[in-house]
Amino acid sequence: MGPYILCTVLLLFGVYAVLAKKNLVKIVIGLLIIEYAVNLMLILIGYRSGGSAPIITSVEHAAQQSATFVDPLPQALIVTSIVIGLGTAAMVISLCLRLYEKYETFDILQIRRLKG
Amino acid sequence: MSSEHILPLFIALPLGAAFIIPLAGLFREWLADTIAVVTTGLLVLLAFGRMGEDTVVYALGGWRPPFGINLYSDSMTVFFHLIIAVISFLVVLYSLEYMRRYTGVVKYYCLLMLMIAGMNGVIASGDLFNIFVFLEIASISSYALVAFGIESEELEASFKYLVLGGIASSFILFGIALTYSITGTLNLAHIGQILDGGVSGSMVNLVSALFIMGFGLKAALMPFHAWLPDAHPSAPAPISAMLSGLLIKALGVYCLIRIFFNVFGFGQSFSTVFITLGVLSMVGGALLAAGQDDFKRLLAYSSISQMGYIIFAVGIGTPLAIIGGLLHLLNHAFFKSLLFLCSGAVDYATGTRDLKKLGGLWTKMPVTSATCTIGSLSISGIPPLGGFFSKLIIVIATVQAYDTLGVAAYWLAGITVLVSFITLLYFVKLLKMAFFGPLPAKLAHVKEVPALMWSVLVILTVFCIGFGLACPYFIDMIEPVQEVLLDKSTYIINVLGSL
Repeated sequence: MGPYILCTVLLLFGVYAVLAKKNLVKIVIGLLIIEYAVNLMLILIGYRSGGSAPIITSVEHAAQQSATFVDPLPQALIVTSIVIGLGTAAMVISLCLRLYEKYETFDILQIRRLKG
Repeated sequence: MSSEHILPLFIALPLGAAFIIPLAGLFREWLADTIAVVTTGLLVLLAFGRMGEDTVVYALGGWRPPFGINLYSDSMTVFFHLIIAVISFLVVLYSLEYMRRYTGVVKYYCLLMLMIAGMNGVIASGDLFNIFVFLEIASISSYALVAFGIESEELEASFKYLVLGGIASSFILFGIALTYSITGTLNLAHIGQILDGGVSGSMVNLVSALFIMGFGLKAALMPFHAWLPDAHPSAPAPISAMLSGLLIKALGVYCLIRIFFNVFGFGQSFSTVFITLGVLSMVGGALLAAGQDDFKRLLAYSSISQMGYIIFAVGIGTPLAIIGGLLHLLNHAFFKSLLFLCSGAVDYATGTRDLKKLGGLWTKMPVTSATCTIGSLSISGIPPLGGFFSKLIIVIATVQAYDTLGVAAYWLAGITVLVSFITLLYFVKLLKMAFFGPLPAKLAHVKEVPALMWSVLVILTVFCIGFGLACPYFIDMIEPVQEVLLDKSTYIINVLGSL
């Protein structure tokens, strides 16, 4: 249970950063922390202490081996979600750069030409 | 080709086009235009071809569910694919002319195709994680498209949209992780089956809360709506039409109803949450829209309000209410796209979206004015246009829900009618300020938009009128969709076979 709670705490740190910070870059970092917390959570779900990699090395012992395998599915999922996270990060960072060009500041209090 | 193999094409075609368009654009820009038109045109043909078809379960790589990944198609999928195909085709036609003012048109079509692929994918996938992946494809391309003008406002809106959308996506993934931990599977039908077998309630509640928050934000329901009034107006007009007409429905409403009806099973508590969120967005969106002076911002707030109608109606959960909600979804997809494209036409011709600077365009832009008027009347629920019938059905269904809701049913029906009245109010204001009244001297030389643009507006208007006049036909079309939603066990049996 402990690791899950720590993951949730990490997630909440990220949410805090997004909500409370006034600097674009810090908000982006908060966003990334949220993503990492979720990925960590996902990998922990498939984790088994003392487990082995899910690769069948000998056909005779397949049943025996698979009893100690860690769950491979979450690993496959987080590879995908890390790639998606990369896409989001690239997008948000390029937005930050463009915003800096336009406003010459990272302070969100000064970036408010929209009515909101 | 058997019908089963058509389903993956809905994802493969636009995805393929998204990769071919930049290559073709290197040689000739018109090639990119042509590929976009052909791809979306093909999607329309395929979508019409699949109308009235039976349920299809397409196992990718031949691995049967629940072990493999599967695509799933029933009448609801066909219904959503049809809306997406028709609107995106018309939007692409409109973009041919409208996007000439922008540079980087090739990239625009590439992102647009990715967005269509993402939406089609969300709707066709029978797997929770695939829904997430396609949802992210559609979202990331929409972030880029909102910022397409790369002016200060667009970037700001896109950043806001991205941060909120990113949090929503993470929460959805968190919900998916928890779902996997309690059920050990990601296949929607299999999850439904395991949850039926009895799983501790508190975990399911947590997952539901995460999904309502995540998908609710994608659907711009009221407490999670803050990004929409900035993001939708900032995008180029065809993209606003795509976002308001399709994206919030495909990523938001579709996911919510598929997951909560077919997977979790729709109970009293979900119903209460849906109704609350629906009423909140309905009333809040309408009140905020009334105070807007920007053409597109007004439309954006009105989108929140109309999404409220849809979620509210679906939340009531009776067959009639669901038909009303889905009919309203169909109507809203068309008239909101029409209105956003009209705002684009006004912007194209006059160079401003500020209602205070507009006026008297009736004499200068007759087609845009006429189509915009019909669209506005339809969204306000004036008979015999489409919006009237869907709102009427929702109101009747709300009154009929007296058995489950008690006296609240009458209050809710009253609110629904009242909000419809407020909608009429702010659309009359919009029409009066933009198209009627005196023509400002600055706009004396304004001309009607090119034929390609106004013909798209006319086609959408014909749809809006058609939905009203041929309403029984469309209700017949939606009837099986409603049956799909209310019949969870059939969904499970269709995918997993009768175990």
